[in-house]
Amino acid sequence: MGSNILRRRRTEWLVTLPTLVWLSLFVVVPTLLVFVIAFRPANPYGGIGRGWTLDTIRALATPSYLLIAWRTLWISLLTTAICILLALPAGYTIARAPARWRNRLLLLVIIPFWTSFLVRVFAWKSLLHPDGPVKRALEALGLAGPETTLLYHPAAVVLVMVYTFLPFTILPIYAAAEKFDFRLVEAARDLGARPFQSFRRVFLPGIRTGLVTAVLVVFIPALGSYIIPDLVGGPSGEMLGNKIAQRVFTDRNLPHASALSAVLVLAVLAPLVAVLILQRKGKKSDIIMGEAP
Amino acid sequence: MRRSRFPIAVTVLVMAFLYLPIVILVANSFNPARFSSRWEGFSLTWYARLFQSPEIWAAVKNTLIVAVSVTAVSVILGTAAAYALHRFGASRLQRVHYTLIYQPLVVPEILMGISLLMAFVAAGVPLGLFTIFLAHVTFCTSYVAMTVLGRLQDFDFSVIEAARDLGASPWQSTRKILIPMLTPGIVAGALLAFTLSVDDFVITFFVAGPGSTTLPLRIYSMIKYGAPPMINALSTLLLAVTLTAVILSRRLATRHANSVTHN
Repeated sequence: MGSNILRRRRTEWLVTLPTLVWLSLFVVVPTLLVFVIAFRPANPYGGIGRGWTLDTIRALATPSYLLIAWRTLWISLLTTAICILLALPAGYTIARAPARWRNRLLLLVIIPFWTSFLVRVFAWKSLLHPDGPVKRALEALGLAGPETTLLYHPAAVVLVMVYTFLPFTILPIYAAAEKFDFRLVEAARDLGARPFQSFRRVFLPGIRTGLVTAVLVVFIPALGSYIIPDLVGGPSGEMLGNKIAQRVFTDRNLPHASALSAVLVLAVLAPLVAVLILQRKGKKSDIIMGEAP
Repeated sequence: MRRSRFPIAVTVLVMAFLYLPIVILVANSFNPARFSSRWEGFSLTWYARLFQSPEIWAAVKNTLIVAVSVTAVSVILGTAAAYALHRFGASRLQRVHYTLIYQPLVVPEILMGISLLMAFVAAGVPLGLFTIFLAHVTFCTSYVAMTVLGRLQDFDFSVIEAARDLGASPWQSTRKILIPMLTPGIVAGALLAFTLSVDDFVITFFVAGPGSTTLPLRIYSMIKYGAPPMINALSTLLLAVTLTAVILSRRLATRHANSVTHN
């Protein structure tokens, strides 16, 4: 028996060790390095100097960075809200569609995910171009003048971010809605609930876990957005990701880039930790109220 | 009872929103006009220009070198990881292992790019195709592991025990039973790894060096510094390639699933 357990342990380590070593080397160590390098001075050759300093951290407390941090936050929150508002009816419709249609609709949602991300951003850049079709349509409707610019504006960033993240939001909401027992909604309607009431009081709580996943899969990558604000945002649409890239490629100041990245790491961890704590609390209250998980 | 039409209306609008930009992009790739606002007839000018561009071909070559080697390594690492997670899932080691594998899926790409850049600079590794390869294997392994893990969850391990009882060696039972049954999952993981590697821009941007321009890096500089009509043509070709790959892999996956259940 003893040798059997030992052999099992050995096999486990044998198949685990390759990824364990690889991910430690290329995920854990680099992430820790970001926090270490934030306290190192920059050297004039674009590398990392000797000794330790707090100057970089102090430099983060300037108004211009606070503005960027605030913009990153509100753009991400707004994008998440719009994505959820669009994904809820879409996920609901797909889940309630006849089986034959369901797979086709799902495939339609997934296909944009398989197309190049850069290509999709570029498609919007040419759509919103001053000579592009959106501007012409708006002008024809009298909604835009010749000097209206659609590109290089925070609104353009939100629009393109909603476009790229929408499929990721629809999928978890659909997955949760598919398992949801729609007879509950019908029961609520029979008992006199209006359509919106039954949606809000029965359907939404029923797909809670899918909803949380959907929020996280938009909000977290949105905080780290870089290409979208870079290509359609212009200076007034810059986000934290753009500042990190500028510190690396324009100023060659790696410690400064590290300090900004450390802020981003903490910003990303915050919603994750919040969800974990809420889930733990939710479980406890479920038990107290005698609800099945 | 009458259902509200509102969700259906929103879904139709969402689909139009998802596809309209792609449709316009494809149409514009056949439009000879320099500033694609007016339709000037069907033409393949931009495709011809594209095929004459040596920079594009160099970028395609780099992209394929990276993607093929990344797929090979990440499929091996990811499959082993998925097996470990499934077989020994209850142990403390596997909980740490799972958290590690999950990391690249959650962390925004820019953080992965910048942290890898710091690591390569600190370790004095010269930036180039090799550092791109290391970075891509890191995130592709996680995606392969999750894909294969999904398949393993439907796998009945008593079949392997039966084979062992009937005298098969561990190697034989792995090679003759486990690997064939996992093949659809491994193929799906490999396709995903390949596509992710070909498509990755942000992480590649941070860890690329001189002479290691991949296709997304080339497309980015074309978008940023002009040549839009050529990108329309290139994008249309990329769309055609990925769509064919997706349809083929779905066909393969369903056929495999059928043959496994029929056996």
